Amino acid sequence: MNVQLRFFASLREALGASSESISVPSEVATIGALRAHLRLRGGAWAEALAEHRVVRTACNQVMVDAAALLSDGCEVAFFPPVTGG
Amino acid sequence: MTIRISEDDFDLSAEVTALRAGQPQVGAVVAFVGTVRDMNDGAQVAAMTLEHYPGMTEKSIQKIIDQACRRWQLFGTRVIHRIGPLLPQDQIVLVAVTAAHRGEAFAACEFIMDYLKTEAPFWKKEETPSGARWVDARAGDDAALDKWQAIAATERDTDRTAAAGNAPPAA
Repeated sequence: MNVQLRFFASLREALGASSESISVPSEVATIGALRAHLRLRGGAWAEALAEHRVVRTACNQVMVDAAALLSDGCEVAFFPPVTGG
Repeated sequence: MTIRISEDDFDLSAEVTALRAGQPQVGAVVAFVGTVRDMNDGAQVAAMTLEHYPGMTEKSIQKIIDQACRRWQLFGTRVIHRIGPLLPQDQIVLVAVTAAHRGEAFAACEFIMDYLKTEAPFWKKEETPSGARWVDARAGDDAALDKWQAIAATERDTDRTAAAGNAPPAA
């Protein structure tokens, strides 16, 4: 399954990436599983996406939680809690 | 309804004039303007940069406005949020609403602002004497949403009680 990744703010800086296209194995079916999958890259990825960190996620530009299902071609964003206004 | 995300500044008077134009049914206009402070979390702020998630930002604000319109009878809404580099005293955000009466206008403006603070994907990075830092989200922002959810729950209970009270007596 293909997923378009997006990263914002402090997460973008920590990971040194703002977007990336990846192909994930079929067992990576949810947002939470995708986050765990990215942690396996180690280094900054393991640190910035660690379970104890508060990371918000969006799928196709709608805020979702870890249980949300991925779909082929979806856009998944990882970012810290928002601070606008 | 207007949503604008822009590096450009806005003119409150011009925005309110446009929002009210040709709307004789409007009896109340409430506008909130958020500005950049020179101090945050104990540090002097020399400048800030606002980042956002193009596409999702507009969608999330649209959803918040839709929720407000379901809750109150509004004639118009306008949300402007600036992005990019900003300095202390600069305007950051405008939320303006029009309604027939002040009650719904005040409430809807506060509601939209409270949800924007916790759901619209914007992030502030401040320049302080000890370097640049990303602003942390405040617990108080989530508490503001709890307040609206509690009000909604109370209204539902009141509706149920009223419905029960109006029900014809059992034979």
